[in-house]
Amino acid sequence: MFRTLLARLQQGHRTMRYPAAPPPPLPERFRGRPLIDVSKCPDGCRVCADACPTRAIDLTGGAKVDLGRCLFCTDCQDACPEGAITHDSDYRLATSTRDELVVAAGHELQLAHVLDERLRQLFGRSLKLRVVSAGGCGACEADVNVLGTVGWDLGRFGIQVVASPRHADGLLVTGCVTDNMQLALQKTWAAVPPPKIVIAVGACAISGGPFLDNPQQHQGALSVVPVDLFIPGCPPHPMTILDGLLRMLGRLEKAGRIGGAIA
Amino acid sequence: MTGQRLLSFANGNCLPQDSVPLLEVDKLQARILTAVEQELRVVSLFATPPRDGGPTRLTVLLADDQRGSLQVGACEVTGGAFPALTPRCPQVHLFEREIHEQSGLLPEGHPWLKPVRFAPPLVAPAAGNAAAPSIGIADFYRIDGEEVHEVAVGPVHAGVIEPGHFRFQCHGEHVFHLEISLGYQHRGVEEALVGGPHQATLHQLATTAGDTSIGHSIAYCQNVEALASVTVPPHAQYVRAIALELERLANHSGDLGALAGDIGFLPTASYCGRIRGDFLNMTALLCGNRFGRNLVRPGGCRFTIDKALAAELKQRLLTAEADTRNAVELLWITPTVMARFEGIGTVSGEACYLLGLVGPAARACGAQLDVRTDHPTGVFRFLHLPPATAQTGDVLARAFVRWLEIQRSIRFLQELLQALPEPATGAPPGPLANDQLAASLVEGWRGEICHVACTDAAGRLARYKITDPSFHNWPGLAIALRDQQISDFPLCNKSFNLSYCGHDL
Repeated sequence: MFRTLLARLQQGHRTMRYPAAPPPPLPERFRGRPLIDVSKCPDGCRVCADACPTRAIDLTGGAKVDLGRCLFCTDCQDACPEGAITHDSDYRLATSTRDELVVAAGHELQLAHVLDERLRQLFGRSLKLRVVSAGGCGACEADVNVLGTVGWDLGRFGIQVVASPRHADGLLVTGCVTDNMQLALQKTWAAVPPPKIVIAVGACAISGGPFLDNPQQHQGALSVVPVDLFIPGCPPHPMTILDGLLRMLGRLEKAGRIGGAIA
Repeated sequence: MTGQRLLSFANGNCLPQDSVPLLEVDKLQARILTAVEQELRVVSLFATPPRDGGPTRLTVLLADDQRGSLQVGACEVTGGAFPALTPRCPQVHLFEREIHEQSGLLPEGHPWLKPVRFAPPLVAPAAGNAAAPSIGIADFYRIDGEEVHEVAVGPVHAGVIEPGHFRFQCHGEHVFHLEISLGYQHRGVEEALVGGPHQATLHQLATTAGDTSIGHSIAYCQNVEALASVTVPPHAQYVRAIALELERLANHSGDLGALAGDIGFLPTASYCGRIRGDFLNMTALLCGNRFGRNLVRPGGCRFTIDKALAAELKQRLLTAEADTRNAVELLWITPTVMARFEGIGTVSGEACYLLGLVGPAARACGAQLDVRTDHPTGVFRFLHLPPATAQTGDVLARAFVRWLEIQRSIRFLQELLQALPEPATGAPPGPLANDQLAASLVEGWRGEICHVACTDAAGRLARYKITDPSFHNWPGLAIALRDQQISDFPLCNKSFNLSYCGHDL
């Protein structure tokens, strides 16, 4: 008992002050969205698009990057002979629609907007989520889990993972939605009482991620359920997930746009 | 080549396909039986279905842990069936079920021939129905009796966890039998690798089991490097070992916290939940990603560790070591914790050997198995980490082995960071040699990861077989639950913490 109390003293208070204070620093090598400086691109060059493992780069009619497919790896950057690709270091990446994840070079990313007023009133201070991993590799699951630990303490925002869909206000889906999980996801969705929302976390749940061409899966949650919040990454950093959730619930003061314009 | 003996080679090497001894089915099986009696282990046994209507080839890879060598052999099965080896050698039981599912071959006399993943065969048969059986519709083992009841759990679970289905045959709280039925996570990883390496191949392997990204990436890269005759620079070998141990530390510390959480001991649960993040953040210092994505590359590593980063890591490790010790040692001095850990979920040494368990689960039963010492590659050839073992095979032993490994890994990391060679990332490999077989073993945090790569005449991957440690260990969890209370399940489950996607592929 005494040692347990002493341990408590040594471990200290660890919950971060964010969003009241700035978030904890991200590692120096953290990669946010890839930025393509199209002014450096030679005519007809498509080295980056060909190097991308998920075909996230579309060069037809100006360069566009699909952050829903992007694994935030360095394959495009390493392949580019012109050094035209860099990654920014902004963790804020979540959007409200799938289309908003496809960003043209030089354009801004439209971050997730607040739920409509009725849903915000219902869920803004209390959101219960049922998590369904439908072909997730365990990494998105782990970094959703980490939000429940003392450092992040998701509970202080009224957001909680619950054990039954009947107790939930929505689903948080990870994974590419395998053939073998499609029915289970449908049934879990049906068991959540309306009004309800869905959050897709990670490249797999948004687009199929590294598995998007595999015939055994359905390229993510949209194949089965409507999605209200898309949180890209492989896996997304916990800050990216938290930012998306708080933004959607109207818990961050400044909603809106972030720039990313080189060129 | 036809012969009676299997061919020996070392981990992380390749050999020509036509040098792999091709035996008669019964001769190969006799070899396997003799080898297993001599305490060799079956690390992989898989079918390569023909794409042109020929016979199906079965390849076996055995590990001789005493000699530090692997042995490979093959046979060809015609007529669609072969006598099952499982009744005489239980550790191949899941392998033979997998062979049946992936190739359609029938292991005759297999006592438990159920779907492994409810997946369609690797190659669609020319005629007949190639559809996979519907998942969840299966012939589950059932005990009848007026007071016997069945508890079914999953696929969707109460927590933030991957899907799987568990069926308990119970009498009150008492569990007679647990049947574990998986396959929900099947994404078709092996199928997608055929014809590769593709642009997505490395990323698919890094997400085969996402909490073991480093382990699976190293296993894959070692195969590619063997097939392309590439040498990895010493610095990159160090970086790989550092990342592998950080992966072990994050998962081991997180699991000790989760074990505490499952029995309601909140101090260790809270502290270790956070400490796990500290280790993940160290991996993110290496490569920008908490799970080590994009660090290990064929030929080397994408990032290097300079003096400043090494100093930062050493400092963080010191802090993490003190925090972990403080949090974990509470477990061993708290009687209520020990009462829940001791004698729960016991796997006997005999069961461990018969089932062919690997990793900390096997070491907790006293088995001296560790790829890092038995079949070392990279840095592990020169620097040694003694395997940590316990004897009792229960939850306590599995937890304690994790704790011993945490301490040894931290010490090992400090050693590595002290002596980093000159930074170098390594060059990407050229094309792969044709008609080869390469095998690569890595001691991931759950245990032995085995990748076998077979190339075709054009140097493309013709068959890529992945064996995650979870594949060996899921049957261990089922055995651990025998004659336990159903309320012991979360505790036993977490003490193994096996991967669903690593099993389902």
